[in-house]
Amino acid sequence: MDINSILALGENALQLGLISSLTVLALFLSYSMLNVCDLSTDGCFTLGATVGAVVAIAGHPLLSIPAAMAAGVISGFITAFLQTKMGINSLLAGIIVNTGLYSVNIAVMGNSSLLNMNRTKTVFTMLKSVLENTPFSQEYVLIIALIAVIFVVIFLSLFLRTKLGLAIRATGDNPDMVRSSSINPVFTTIVGLCISNSFTALSGCLLAQSQKSVNIDIGTGMVTIALASLLIGGIFLGKGKIPLRAVGVVLGSIIFRVIYTVALRFDMPAYMLKLVSSVIVIIAISAPYIKSKLPTFKRKLLLKAGKEAA
Amino acid sequence: MLTLSHISKTFNPGTVNAKTALNDLSFHADKGDFVTIIGANGAGKSTLFNAISGSFMTDSGRISLDGKDITLMPEFKRARQIGRLFQDPMRGSAPGMSIEENLSLAAGHGGWMSSISKKDKANFREKLALLGMGLEDRMKQPVGLLSGGQRQALTLMMATFNPPKVLLLDEHTAALDPGTAEKVLAITKQIVEENGLTCLMITHNMQSALDLGNRTIMMNSGNIVYDVSGDDRKNLTVNDLLLKFKESVGKELDNDRMLLS
Repeated sequence: MDINSILALGENALQLGLISSLTVLALFLSYSMLNVCDLSTDGCFTLGATVGAVVAIAGHPLLSIPAAMAAGVISGFITAFLQTKMGINSLLAGIIVNTGLYSVNIAVMGNSSLLNMNRTKTVFTMLKSVLENTPFSQEYVLIIALIAVIFVVIFLSLFLRTKLGLAIRATGDNPDMVRSSSINPVFTTIVGLCISNSFTALSGCLLAQSQKSVNIDIGTGMVTIALASLLIGGIFLGKGKIPLRAVGVVLGSIIFRVIYTVALRFDMPAYMLKLVSSVIVIIAISAPYIKSKLPTFKRKLLLKAGKEAA
Repeated sequence: MLTLSHISKTFNPGTVNAKTALNDLSFHADKGDFVTIIGANGAGKSTLFNAISGSFMTDSGRISLDGKDITLMPEFKRARQIGRLFQDPMRGSAPGMSIEENLSLAAGHGGWMSSISKKDKANFREKLALLGMGLEDRMKQPVGLLSGGQRQALTLMMATFNPPKVLLLDEHTAALDPGTAEKVLAITKQIVEENGLTCLMITHNMQSALDLGNRTIMMNSGNIVYDVSGDDRKNLTVNDLLLKFKESVGKELDNDRMLLS
């Protein structure tokens, strides 16, 4: 394999990593800060993709981004409303919304499960024509993904320092404290999930437009892939200040895609992506638990073997 | 200041587990009152605080604070006027956030989009220094690193940062070692006196129930069975309290954690 194809693969991994890191940043807000595992992520990702695609196909490529994000906000609001005002368990609320979104997404695409954007003007084709005859003419996907990621990282870093951001963090950090304080946990949960889902939808919108097509399965498994990336990022930059952790999360997403790309080169079939992400999530979440149980387990073995002094 | 009239609360009504936790209880505290509350296990002391702070809504009766009816006001709205400390020192602050971030939430001024200013920090430093625990030099550290006593002192500071109309202390020193408990109690006394707060304190320590504050009430079966203040209280001993309890309830005062001295 020559150097050029390695570079091409690397760039592809980088693009995908950056675009999906927007979903990872969304989970950074909902999962790491608010302590809500938002299982509507898959459906919301697809929602962003379908809404963005439909608006772009209708001839408004620039409008497609705010439209997708607004759809994400609505989806996040419903998920949050179900768990804070309707007494539905937060995991269940996500699953219910996710299921409902399947129908919504098909409806958005006009009773179809696939939309093609080969001849559609998207934000990517727009930048591509702007960059024509410059050295960056082939880097349009990377540039847009990078701009979106930088925007979201800066937004989160600033937002989580505000009083509202602190209140959202406290809601996840110590719900007991928040319940008996003047912070309304209903409000913080709703705001947190609206914002996080708008990023998830943005992520879906950009992925669909960059690959010039959207199908109903585009978001399937995103929540696990994003969680895996989030946990990988946590290994490297899990402690410290929020901006650093946000950057770590983006790195985690890129690393995940690079590992995956390398695995593909070693003839791992593409359909293994989701299994790999599941295994990563299992290991990352269970490792601390297993580690804490290990001493007792060792003693049990020793006792059984009769090797420990009574 | 704080008036409860004929409040009742029954948990699990209509089942075999039905428990009347508050039974037609009426109570009034004047501004600046420091009331200590004692009673047996399950007498309804914490339930009384839950009713006042709005953790649940009462089944009947009215609650008013500073002339305003708060009977059906949600908990987070009442929290702006009612400060509360629990026995568990871990309950009142967010462990993953720094001391200054916790204080900033408690300070509550500024809009939702404001962040911690230099002026806020100087203010936090000054207030933390009053605790005499060296916390003013650790403002960037996560609260999870503090000891139980330090966390409870911080929680007390957070609850009284904007002087509340009523401060509810639910055995807030019971989980601390005796030395620390004494220190937190001294800080409590200082803050309450300086701000002229109206304060209700549940305690398992019979002696501090008499030493602190200007009024003592005794609860049993969801109601107040003895209420003493003024000159009557001045000469009261722990033994008198125990006798009073037996007199009004007909059995010995029984509390797992009770300290007689």
